[in-house]
Amino acid sequence: MPLIKYIDHSGNEFEAEVEAGKSVMDGAMDNMIDGILAECGGCCSCATCHVYVEEKFLPITGEAEGMEKEMLSAVNDPKPNSRLSCQIIVNQDMDGLVVHMPESQY
Amino acid sequence: MSSNLPCIIIGGSHAGGQLALSLRQEGWTDDIIVISNEAYYPYQRPPLSKALLAGKLEPHQILIRPQALYEKQNISFLFNTSVEKINRQNKRLELDNGNSIDYQKLALCTGARARKLEICGAELSGIHYLRSLDDVEHIKADLNNQLKPQAKPSSIVIVGGGYIGLEAAASFTQLGHKVTVVEAANRVLQRVTAPEVSNFFTRLHESYGVSIIENKQVAEFLKQTESEINRVHQVLFSDGTVLPADIVIVGIGVRPNVELAEQSGLEVKNGICVNEFAQTSDDNIVAAGDCTLHPNTMYQTSIRLESVPNAMEQAKSAAAMICGKQKKYDALPWFWSDQYDVKLQIAGLNQGYDQTIIRGDSVNTKSFVVWYLKNNQVIAADCINRPREFMFAKRLITQKILANIAQLSDDTFDLSSLFS
Ligand SMILES: Cc1cc2nc3c(=O)[nH]c(=O)nc-3n(C[C@H](O)[C@H](O)[C@H](O)COP(=O)(O)OP(=O)(O)OC[C@H]3O[C@@H](n4cnc5c(N)ncnc54)[C@H](O)[C@@H]3O)c2cc1C
Ligand code: FES
Repeated sequence: MPLIKYIDHSGNEFEAEVEAGKSVMDGAMDNMIDGILAECGGCCSCATCHVYVEEKFLPITGEAEGMEKEMLSAVNDPKPNSRLSCQIIVNQDMDGLVVHMPESQY
Repeated sequence: MSSNLPCIIIGGSHAGGQLALSLRQEGWTDDIIVISNEAYYPYQRPPLSKALLAGKLEPHQILIRPQALYEKQNISFLFNTSVEKINRQNKRLELDNGNSIDYQKLALCTGARARKLEICGAELSGIHYLRSLDDVEHIKADLNNQLKPQAKPSSIVIVGGGYIGLEAAASFTQLGHKVTVVEAANRVLQRVTAPEVSNFFTRLHESYGVSIIENKQVAEFLKQTESEINRVHQVLFSDGTVLPADIVIVGIGVRPNVELAEQSGLEVKNGICVNEFAQTSDDNIVAAGDCTLHPNTMYQTSIRLESVPNAMEQAKSAAAMICGKQKKYDALPWFWSDQYDVKLQIAGLNQGYDQTIIRGDSVNTKSFVVWYLKNNQVIAADCINRPREFMFAKRLITQKILANIAQLSDDTFDLSSLFS
């Protein structure tokens, strides 16, 4: 199973094995990794699952589009590598993916 | 097993499941038992009327967290079990299976149930409510059994034009059924939105072939005359007209499950009364989710909410309280609804608004915002396919930032400049 690394704002690292087909947000929720709230349960309605994808993985995860992109334009501290983690669906190529979580999801 | 008594959580849904996990994060080391009168690990309710009903998701895909996580965190579940009585003197619960169980701390996450329509014929088969996974399974099975020759669509009558009724209408329409929504008030969503939003959703549904009938009261459900089968066949209205119905879905709101708390002598109004730390009038009992009436400083009133974010966030405060920590719950209420290609996101509560301002074209497009103001301050916003404005609305409301009519209504004005 792909191993995903989540790094919080203070630099604490958490790793989770996430089944292909699940989202990066699911991986955090299923392993009780704090820093992602996911208030809408993954339907792209809340933007409380914001992460920064480490640059070198962007070609694999892709960039935000449509609704997701619009929501991200209005979060705290948006960056070009911002994604909503519920919209990143894990596949085998994402083994080793690193995402950084923002200081706050509000 | 710990030698101390457990923390018991009544209700295993959004609030109960989160509360159990948060207890571990807050450092609770004694046993945790969740008592649920359903048969499943906590699952997402929002998809019930949306993707699950429309057949785009399967039941196993809506679990909030995997079973393995609860096992790993040593959280046990008693399924298909109802708590019938709380004895606060002895800190003991009586269960419907005749057993009793003692608690050290207790959490009430009993949620809400569908309000029943009490009219003649309400007991006929073919009449459904939509609150639980079992409800959806029954609806789906019933639809399959009613399948008509030559794949003629079923006639589905939905009683109540609230969010759940409209979402169900969208899901059924996408499955090819013929849907009629009947609303007693003069417009759908009347209790919760401005007329512009109601009118928009009426037009949207009609464009997909749903018929929406307003100002009509259901009087009785009728079976086929002289038939032996006790199954709904027609809906009779108070003005004497009738509509054919193969299946009826009743979505006329919910009632909070407060009876257990009330019988035990806890303070209860239109919800179990709790403070900002989710504590009830008993030091050993907290409550969270749809069943609570709680203070909200932003709106300076006590509110009872029916939303997932409320259940989850209040559960976190309740878990902290059980562990002796005060974590204030005072979040901005928000809600969403998905129908066809429309995402509605609502920030805040519009109760008591004295003005509405529209951004975008609510008549000819599927993308606009209705801002609700009170004393010139934005207190809520309905955002139709406007995710960016939704995000800004939350900040305008929580940070009490003033914006004028031109800034709110002019689509070319960049709202982000209000925050610099
Ligand atoms: C079809 C549908 C669509 C929805 N869509 C949205 C949406 O889009 N966005 C949103 O934010 N919210 C939505 N909601 C509302 C949301 O699901 C609720 O706010 C949420 O489920 C509340 O969680 P809860 O844990 O407080 O209560 P509930 O989910 O009501 O759970 C309470 C549980 O406790 C059990 N219980 C009660 N009494 C007892 C007892 N005595 N013994 C044992 N068990 C007991 C109940 O059976 C139930 O399983 C929707 C709800 C429905 C039904
Ligand atoms: S979980 Fe809500 S937008 Fe990702």
